[in-house]
Amino acid sequence: MSQAQPTAPAPPDPGPEDATTTRVKAPRKRLGPRDRAVVVTMVTIPTVFVVGLVWLPALGSLVLSFASWSGIGGFDTIEWVGGKNYQDIVNIYPPFWPAIQHNIIWLLFLVVGPTVLGILLAVILDRELRGSRLYQTAFFMPVVLSLALIGFIWQLFYSRDQGLLNAVLGTEVDWYGDPDINLWAVLVATAWRHTGYIMLIYLAGLKGVDDTLREASAIDGAGEVKTFFSVVFPVMRPINLIVVVIVVIESLRAFDIVWVVNQGRNGLELIAALVTSNVVGEASRIGFGSALAVIMMVISSVFITIYLRVVMKDEEAR
Amino acid sequence: MTQPRRPVNPSLAIPPSVRGMALTRRGFLRSAALGGALVGVPGLLSACGGDDGGGGGGGDSVTMGMNEAGDIPPAQRLRAMAEAFTQESGIDVQLNEVEHNTFQENINTYLQGNPDDVFTWFAGFRMNQFAEQGLIQDISDVWPIDGINDAFREASTASDGNQYFVPKDYYPWAVFYRRSVFEDNGWAPPTTLDELNTLMKDMQSADVVPFAFGDKDGWPAMGTFDILNMRINGFDFHMNLMAGEEAWDSAEVKQVFDTWRGLLPYHQTDPLGRTWQEAAEAMGRGDAGMYLLGTFVIDAIPNVDDLDFFTFPELDSSIGAGALDAPIDGFCLSAGAENVEGAKEFLAFLGTAEAQDAANENADAPMISANENASTDTYTDLQKKSVEVVSAAENIAQFLDRDTRADFASTVMIPSLQSFLQNPDDIDGVTRSIQEQKVSIFGS
Repeated sequence: MSQAQPTAPAPPDPGPEDATTTRVKAPRKRLGPRDRAVVVTMVTIPTVFVVGLVWLPALGSLVLSFASWSGIGGFDTIEWVGGKNYQDIVNIYPPFWPAIQHNIIWLLFLVVGPTVLGILLAVILDRELRGSRLYQTAFFMPVVLSLALIGFIWQLFYSRDQGLLNAVLGTEVDWYGDPDINLWAVLVATAWRHTGYIMLIYLAGLKGVDDTLREASAIDGAGEVKTFFSVVFPVMRPINLIVVVIVVIESLRAFDIVWVVNQGRNGLELIAALVTSNVVGEASRIGFGSALAVIMMVISSVFITIYLRVVMKDEEAR
Repeated sequence: MTQPRRPVNPSLAIPPSVRGMALTRRGFLRSAALGGALVGVPGLLSACGGDDGGGGGGGDSVTMGMNEAGDIPPAQRLRAMAEAFTQESGIDVQLNEVEHNTFQENINTYLQGNPDDVFTWFAGFRMNQFAEQGLIQDISDVWPIDGINDAFREASTASDGNQYFVPKDYYPWAVFYRRSVFEDNGWAPPTTLDELNTLMKDMQSADVVPFAFGDKDGWPAMGTFDILNMRINGFDFHMNLMAGEEAWDSAEVKQVFDTWRGLLPYHQTDPLGRTWQEAAEAMGRGDAGMYLLGTFVIDAIPNVDDLDFFTFPELDSSIGAGALDAPIDGFCLSAGAENVEGAKEFLAFLGTAEAQDAANENADAPMISANENASTDTYTDLQKKSVEVVSAAENIAQFLDRDTRADFASTVMIPSLQSFLQNPDDIDGVTRSIQEQKVSIFGS
């Protein structure tokens, strides 16, 4: 059930050396028939996959979003209803607007909360404190758990009658059931995992930063903070981009945890959960669910476009 | 997410060469359900014929898709029934065990892909939907089944007048309570609204929440709506409402919500964060006095012997208390069945008292056999009482999500009931929203 956009994280930058070698090699000789066959195969196979698994389904869901269909019986049982699904979604489908709102909150929260925290942790751990391995492991542990599992684990904390949190605090807060609270409760659980993820990626990036840069900056009299913001952070640009992309993708495809908690209802509506509850399962409102999926696709495209523009500008600037 | 999860029906849109993938997936589900050990790919094996069935009759094995898996009583019951059939007829039954929710969620794809010959399903509206869509086969030639009465026959009959279903067992929804708690406090099961009101006030003054209540999963509140609607507006109105023939913003439906709002202060607060199991445990501990649920409530309560129940009291004397929810589980024959003859033989057997006895002897479950001739020796007191209560009922409904369209129940009713529970004062808003969506889904 991959909901990820096919946007792979930033394509590996060809290092300067590779670039020169290709540039030198390319005009040297024409491709032999064998090489040509290899190239053709290597282009064709991914193209077939992308078209067959991404573009055709996307197109299919766009087409079906104008239909009313239970998914049972042949294509002749499809009833075309024009823009009715979209009208219904916007006007009479109560979970829709909350879902949009929750997806936005999700995105903003992930950016200001766990992402910043993850970067901070990475910077601190990068200083090779005593026991930093231990901390790394501890922070990274949640990342290997699926969000669905995390939903279960936090249920033990959040349960109103039997949860740890209410027992310790002596409160009667309905963490998962009160629609004003449950989104934040779930976000905390998500953050628990997301922080470790960002931390790991950032830590890997930091290890790659040339030490001489830091030394030079220290010699020039810059403090730790200044060194980070003026030297390290700009050097980390590729990693920063990856982090941005990951955060956006994670917040758009947020689904598993709310699905485990209450199937994305009652305060936990998210677009992905609405698509699922309409299309998958017994409901089978294929047309209606497809319309929701198309809306989600449009929103995703905005972010993808922004991302691609940034990356391409980057390439041009080289 | 650019890809819709199921953009088009795989069996229709995907070329035959790729279609095998569906089988692989099914095989995967199957082996996952069985821990990968018991059965490899029975779908393929069954095509090889006779296996070691040997004995008499059919020769070819029959396949059955089950909406239960693992070491739990409902799955053990089904396994026992299949074994009993194999012993009697010599026909092998290949079981495809799938976890309950997974089975439900994949039912449409399953039935249009490579379904098993026989599969577990529900009586009434949901069975009729499949019959009208041509996903299940007419099995009127296995009827009548000795020991299965007219009420069940009716529940097994689709709109074309033919039977498409063999009932297995059923269970009532009722108000459960702990006998010892009632005795200690001198309480008695209420039969009228006044008695109910007095009882609820008594309980509150004894610091007991009258009704346990949890609706985190979304469906338990449907049971409350059902019973209130049947008590206030009667069974016929309820069924017409379910069928989409009445308006959800009518005065009748509003009255149901209004009555419910009046009862909510006597229910556990914050139901939307509580599972039915947690609610049941609250009653088990004595924190709550009563709980309206199906007899499966016993799964979450340790001291079952102390448990008793009564049907929800009448709210309007002109309507009475003759109706209740008692969902019937059973079997259908899929349209894509490979061994139709063997499957019908199996279905005929599944309806018999013998099959039901095999199930009852091999697993404890709160269900009651649909077959009147089934032995009641293994029944607990609760089951015996269930038989009494259901036999005495004038009308039996199946449950909201089985009596109406699945898409309406899950995408409209669950969120709407939850938003009512969150904000009980906005009855006009909730009913208007349900009605708008109902018109859009039902088309009228």
